[in-house]
Amino acid sequence: MIRFLFKGLLRDRSRSLLPILVVTAGVTLTVFLHCYITGVLGEMIEFSAKYTSGHVKVMTRAYAENKNQLPNDLALIEVNDLISNLQKDYPTIEFVQRINFGGLLDAPDEYGETKKQGIVGGIAVDLISENSKEIDRLNIRNSLVKGRIPEKPNEVLISDEFANKLEVDLGETVTLITSTMYGGMSIQNFVVAGTIEFGVQIMDRSGMIADISGIQNAMDMHDACGELLGFLDMANYDDITALNVENTFNEKYTDLNDEFSPVMTRLKNDSIMSGYFDYVDSFVGIIVTIFILAMSIVLWNTGLIGGLRRYGEIGVRLAIGEEKGHIYRSMIYEALLIGIVGSILGTLVGLGFSYWLQEVGINVGDIMKSSKMMMPNVFRANITTPAYYIGLIPGLFSITLGTMLSGIGIYKRKTAQLFKELET
Amino acid sequence: MEQSSIITIKELIKRFPVGKGEFTALNGINLAFNTGEFAGIVGPSGSGKTTLLNIIGSLDTATEGKAVVMGQSTGDLTTKGAAKLRRKHLGFIFQTYNLLPVYTVYENVEFPLLLLQMSDSERRKAINDALEWVGLTDKIKSRPAQLSGGECQRVAIARAMVKKPEIVLADEPTANLDAANSHNILKMMLKLNEELKTTFIFATHDDKVIKYLKRKISLEDGKVVKDEIIKIKGD
Ligand SMILES: Nc1ncnc2c1ncn2[C@@H]1O[C@H](COP(=O)(O)OP(=O)(O)O)[C@@H](O)[C@H]1O
Ligand SMILES: [Mg+2]
Repeated sequence: MIRFLFKGLLRDRSRSLLPILVVTAGVTLTVFLHCYITGVLGEMIEFSAKYTSGHVKVMTRAYAENKNQLPNDLALIEVNDLISNLQKDYPTIEFVQRINFGGLLDAPDEYGETKKQGIVGGIAVDLISENSKEIDRLNIRNSLVKGRIPEKPNEVLISDEFANKLEVDLGETVTLITSTMYGGMSIQNFVVAGTIEFGVQIMDRSGMIADISGIQNAMDMHDACGELLGFLDMANYDDITALNVENTFNEKYTDLNDEFSPVMTRLKNDSIMSGYFDYVDSFVGIIVTIFILAMSIVLWNTGLIGGLRRYGEIGVRLAIGEEKGHIYRSMIYEALLIGIVGSILGTLVGLGFSYWLQEVGINVGDIMKSSKMMMPNVFRANITTPAYYIGLIPGLFSITLGTMLSGIGIYKRKTAQLFKELET
Repeated sequence: MEQSSIITIKELIKRFPVGKGEFTALNGINLAFNTGEFAGIVGPSGSGKTTLLNIIGSLDTATEGKAVVMGQSTGDLTTKGAAKLRRKHLGFIFQTYNLLPVYTVYENVEFPLLLLQMSDSERRKAINDALEWVGLTDKIKSRPAQLSGGECQRVAIARAMVKKPEIVLADEPTANLDAANSHNILKMMLKLNEELKTTFIFATHDDKVIKYLKRKISLEDGKVVKDEIIKIKGD
């Protein structure tokens, strides 16, 4: 019997092909959007991790409380000891030192007098050690507009826009005026080795990247740094792993009575991205719901039209002695079959598009003015496990719901009534 | 007499709600049919023929009175019970054939048997027999759209007859057919009536059908006005 009905389904294109196409299209979009959003947000999260928050981040408790003010007077001290302890405790995590600093950057003329001056916001990272991964991590090589990467502690990179504003060229000296860790005045000369474009407006206005040892020297921060960023060995941020690291670290190292004791926060809590995590989930939920509703309405209508076309068939089946419930159920089986076929096709197509986007990516750098910047300028999809099944939800739901809605009319009507409609 | 009746209709009234009021389509019908009859309900359009046939076929229910078919009072049946009665004992033939367009001739005839859960071999035999009765063994793979009206109605007859039901209800079966095809299918049904003792009840106002009837029940405004046994005439 079921085989008989499926045979009819296959032969009746308007009953099978059209709904399958609708389901396939909806599922394709659902899967693709899911991968796209996961990819784009993942990329932004990863960017934030690399730039400001790490997967986990260690600061002193006092620094953490005031971290918006770049309180380097509250920095971590005896950092090298701390790092070697951490390497024992977490051998798979890479810890790097970072100092965020602010001050004035002064461009002198040939007599040493101030030619131009501007407020600077800088980040100090390890640019010089042989095995440092920071240059790659921050995508510095690709962000260079002019010049080269610093090779000495007194060499810096500044944003290209800032360099133009200060009228400084490669190889010229700039003076950083800031305060030391102990509150004293710090005046230190640096050589501009290159200029870069960050792709983030505030940073392009006044950004600077310096070597960590040069800044430690300038700010009297020997064996000290504002933040230790930890990078876990994983392609995509996994909050459960990070949480576990955070908990064990804080258990061992944090002393609630000592505001200079280190404390760890993980990406999800620290980052400007934190809200996005929940956002991703609800966003996917919203998309799936929208597709279920939209596709259901479309399929409901095709179901209604199909149902009208099938009054003859239904009338005959009733007359021959098939039970109404049986007819209704068989229509739902048909719908499920269509839903499964459409979902599988849609998932395959959606994954195909996503795979392409994952491997090739859309280069927004070309669309935007320049591709030389630190922001991820290639938007990629990211195929995660849910992508393989998420399409089933709208795929199966919509067609089943659509069929149930359109079939209810048939089910509720009296046999005689259905039959009369058949006669006309 | 009444005990041997395959169908008994008693004081049957059918009213349809029309606007605020009611319309009485059948008004006090009393009829009995015996096994093997070849009877017709005859009357002008709107006289209530289809309504009566639908009530006998348990597709509709009476407002008052009762219709007992194969010993079962159709008014008391659940929808499932009514479906079972139709499935096992009744065959329908319609004016518009109502074949399933996506299925072949063979499959259209097969359909009623699928609901009866027969073995494959039994089913195959029954279908082939039925197609032989109506002379369509050479068209088993055709789709309804490829057949003429007469051929379609023959498929419909095969579909109604394939399970060898006790009763066949035929509502205006010749209305869409020309004279030659009308005679053809009536002869066919008459033959089946004689060979298988199937009870045939027609609703018709077509003289070509009336000619073949062995009993003619005249209906007017929902009332039986004449009920006559007809001596064999043939053509
Ligand atoms: N569902 C219905 N609602 C209202 N009136 C109906 C309904 N079905 C049939 N009728 C009316 O009952 C009368 C008999 O109809 P019907 O049995 O179809 O006549 P026939 O088959 O003899 O032409 C007609 O006047 C018709 O309009
Ligand atoms: Mg009629």
